[in-house]
Amino acid sequence: MNERFEIPARLRNTSLALIIIGILALVIGGVTLLGSSDHFEQTRFWIVLLHNSVFFLLMSVACIFIQAAASLAQGAWIVAYKRVPEAIGANVWVFGLITIIILFAIAFGFKIDGHNPIYHWVTPGNDEILKGKSSFLNPGMFVGFTVVTIALWAFVGRKFRAISIAQESAPKNSTKNYWLMFKWSAAFLFIYALTQMSTTPWMWIMSIDAHWYSTMFSWYTFGSAFVSGMSLILLWVVYLKNQGHMEIVSKEHVHDLGKFMFAFSIFWTYTWFAQYMLIWYSNIPEETTYFVIRQHGPYAMIWYATFIINFCMPILILMSRPSKRNYFTVSFMAMTIIFGHWLDFYIMTMPGPLKEHWHLSWYELGIFAGFAGVMMFSVARMLTKSSLVPSNHPLLKEAILHQS
Amino acid sequence: MAIKKFAVACYNDEEVLFPAVKKVRHSGFKLHDVYTPFPVHGLDHALGLKETDLHVAGFIYGITGTATAVGFMSWIFTSDWPINFGGKPHWSLPAFIPITFELTVLFAAVGMVLTFCYLNQIMPGVKKHVFHPRQSDDLFVVALEISDANEQEAINFLKTTGAVETSVQIAESEWWYGRFDKEEPYEKYTTVNG
Repeated sequence: MNERFEIPARLRNTSLALIIIGILALVIGGVTLLGSSDHFEQTRFWIVLLHNSVFFLLMSVACIFIQAAASLAQGAWIVAYKRVPEAIGANVWVFGLITIIILFAIAFGFKIDGHNPIYHWVTPGNDEILKGKSSFLNPGMFVGFTVVTIALWAFVGRKFRAISIAQESAPKNSTKNYWLMFKWSAAFLFIYALTQMSTTPWMWIMSIDAHWYSTMFSWYTFGSAFVSGMSLILLWVVYLKNQGHMEIVSKEHVHDLGKFMFAFSIFWTYTWFAQYMLIWYSNIPEETTYFVIRQHGPYAMIWYATFIINFCMPILILMSRPSKRNYFTVSFMAMTIIFGHWLDFYIMTMPGPLKEHWHLSWYELGIFAGFAGVMMFSVARMLTKSSLVPSNHPLLKEAILHQS
Repeated sequence: MAIKKFAVACYNDEEVLFPAVKKVRHSGFKLHDVYTPFPVHGLDHALGLKETDLHVAGFIYGITGTATAVGFMSWIFTSDWPINFGGKPHWSLPAFIPITFELTVLFAAVGMVLTFCYLNQIMPGVKKHVFHPRQSDDLFVVALEISDANEQEAINFLKTTGAVETSVQIAESEWWYGRFDKEEPYEKYTTVNG
């Protein structure tokens, strides 16, 4: 069994090429956008970086969450390919670091005429609403909260992987590490509930539209992040299988991942619509402005595209059993879903600061390519560092025999 | 509705049942059905049963529910009894979504339960022959359809598969309407062959 993964030349070249595209886009963007006199172009330079870094970070953290959830439920189905979410989770520090730099640069290094065009609450001026929110939305809270959150995520991501690797050299049938992982999973769910599932999206994304608020927002962001994370795991599993690794992973395991993609696409739609409908129904102007620009304004095309890509396509294509067991269909849908939720994060972040001056062209796609390249390269490097099969895991036999 | 003759074998463990089912399928005897006290994982594969189209039926029921909800509400709120709710348009799709969702789930759930009952021939008042009273307790029962000619051969064959009890029964093979107190007692049908 070919349990060791070595980065194939093609993957290395592709990912490095994507990273170079990203750096080129960043440099050219820095010259042409940041250097231009148009305020919206300057804002566009930063908001696109914010959009991509937060999306990739939350997607990676969702891969830590699925490990914790599966470990607490004592689910064996994930054990067959648990090295993949572990590798993605252990890499959270990479995206965490990028995100911290970008968030702090935006909050403290970016001002136009004495105002921060992305995070208005940094410079509230005489705005009574922003003053009222200043006990949560203030620079000190932002710095402390962001650093602590990302540090905890990065630490637990590496901890999960360390526990799993330690099990390899533990005595046969030892369950010490298994129960250690169980305890850390419970701790992580607590951390995750207090960060990604509640406060983090408020602080990083919702505060772009600082006057507006929605208590549904974090759940909705979690739905986006989780379904993208499952799609990312699936893409890696299928890729590794194509490379001749992961022989213990069968259609049964892929079917399970497909079910998660299907189910959480519907979950995302539920939160997306629940947030929308209450605001539509109550029809209070200060709440509806958020949706007016997205649904009826210049973003209408992307708004309906996210609905079609993230709901209509998964529900129709992934509903039947054979399509969830077909490697091509699920990989295609995984890529579609990741792109769809990237668009979803796009529409969360852009309309606030950019208004109708939005673009979806070389800069946006270039930065996306750069982040995708970082994701591919860093996760592949992490995967080479240990055996792909957790051969001493207590649930491995059950995982191999798994039927979905 | 047909009275048929059955050779019945009882097994006390699913570890014995699986090889026995395999042997029966290879033997050429006509397998009527297998009765187990609990759902046995993988038995449908061992029996070679095809997957049913129950989920396709479920999809159709669900779509019917969606169409019913949207159609009915559209008709009421636009032409039958249009009322102004807070200045919203008469045809307000977002307000219809929760009810559409509920009706989709309701139609799919109720329709699939009824279809499931139909496919399995179970319903209040519908009766089927019970081959062994302990088939819902702790015995795994295999029933073969036989004729007078191969009766002894079938019984001898079943004994080689590890059955703890065998019998030949003449019984109704389909379902019928009836009451529990009107059913013929189990012993009347049974002739135990050793």
